[in-house]
Amino acid sequence: MDGAADVRTLTFEDWSAGGSRIHLLDARIKLLAALAILLGLAATGWESATAFAGYFFLVAFILVAAGIPLGGSLLRTLIVLPFVAGIAILNLWGGDPSRAVLLLLRSLLSAYTAIALLSTTPFPALLRGLERLGVPPFLLMVLHFVYRYLFLLVDQAQAMMRARRCRAPQPRGRTSLWKASAGALAVLFARSYGRAERIHHAMLARGFQGHFPVLAEASTPQREWLWLVATITLAVAIQLTARFWPI
Amino acid sequence: MSAESVIQVTNLRYSYPDGNVALAGVDFQLEPGETVAMLGSNGSGKTTFLLHLLGLVEGQSEGEVIVCGMPVEKRTFAQVHRKIGMLFQDSDDQLFMPTVEEDVAFGPLNMGLAADEVRSRVSEALCEVGMEHVAGRPPYHLSAGEKRRVALAGVLAMNPEIILLDEPSTFLDPPARSSLVEILHSLDQAKIVVTHDLTLARQLASRAVYFEHGKITSEGSIEQVIAAAGWDGERRPPQADR
Repeated sequence: MDGAADVRTLTFEDWSAGGSRIHLLDARIKLLAALAILLGLAATGWESATAFAGYFFLVAFILVAAGIPLGGSLLRTLIVLPFVAGIAILNLWGGDPSRAVLLLLRSLLSAYTAIALLSTTPFPALLRGLERLGVPPFLLMVLHFVYRYLFLLVDQAQAMMRARRCRAPQPRGRTSLWKASAGALAVLFARSYGRAERIHHAMLARGFQGHFPVLAEASTPQREWLWLVATITLAVAIQLTARFWPI
Repeated sequence: MSAESVIQVTNLRYSYPDGNVALAGVDFQLEPGETVAMLGSNGSGKTTFLLHLLGLVEGQSEGEVIVCGMPVEKRTFAQVHRKIGMLFQDSDDQLFMPTVEEDVAFGPLNMGLAADEVRSRVSEALCEVGMEHVAGRPPYHLSAGEKRRVALAGVLAMNPEIILLDEPSTFLDPPARSSLVEILHSLDQAKIVVTHDLTLARQLASRAVYFEHGKITSEGSIEQVIAAAGWDGERRPPQADR
């Protein structure tokens, strides 16, 4: 910790700070639009596989309209690969390659949709939108704090790793490394627990009563909801069109 | 004992759940507009004492804590927290909202003030600490000195009569430190400054108390307390082993 500003940011933080028409839409509209596209993807099977192309172009169009780099956003969809690759491979071995391909396409395009949402909506606005849609506030409070203190945790973990390397430039073996890492994790947990208590004290000291108060928000013009109507219409149209023109 | 003291603590005793004694009978008072430096080694009970003033300590305490004429207990929490604010040692513990503006507004909103009043208090508080230009930014992108000032704005926005400061110069480089001292000088609230920074104590406080093993063992002018604590670097005969 020093006097210089910590300039570590997530790319999504920079992208979501844009001022395009899409950025300025109410978060609830974007959340529900993303949900419509995800439902469309879930409903897409081999009999309507051309819908995948349709959804891809729909999301790509949204990203271009919002001024988000296409290459960067596409690259970030690969984040789901470690999670789905194993299951896809299992399906391949089990003699069902079409299921493996479906799984991969659905996962990648779902990630693409999520990226479009995160790139056009600041995370705090997203949480606020979820709250207004009825998601339990306690869950959102947890997400809020994870987001807020993630960088701090990463910084502390890196500081501990640096300190360990200073005393063990050549690890004595895998077991010694794991023991040190396990110890560091335990310390990180204990420090986080202590911090959580102090944060709670700071909140109580400023009158916290169990829920985050919100400064009055500007009301959303009715016509903005037409964006949602348009997205749902397109998602349905893509699905129906694909069923009439299968591969 | 003055009838107008803003803080009146009598024989405060507290032990942690594991049995360790944290406070062993503390008597203390603070007058309106006065700044008192609270010195003492780590673990001597200073922070625990501050938390008692806010009623944030779990478990049973003995003794009396009166803030602005109100005993500090569950039923008076809301009123007490309007009168007394605290700047915590680590600003990251205190800045938990997505933007500076929302964080400073947290206190006034919890007080139930109208949106216009909240906005006006936020604006005034940020101006008072010279941080109005960062209102829309996330707090975690600020430097240590900027975070400290924003945290102070969050406290000032509640218009307290008393401000508690726990090691306020921690992590601050000299320019940030000078800036903070200048701001604190301009505030006319009564203040308790817990600090190891003797220069800061001399700059801000008119009197000092010294905590040792959960009690106040000396009080008086800054220099008297520093000398009594042996913190002035003067050579003295070695103390007998305890």
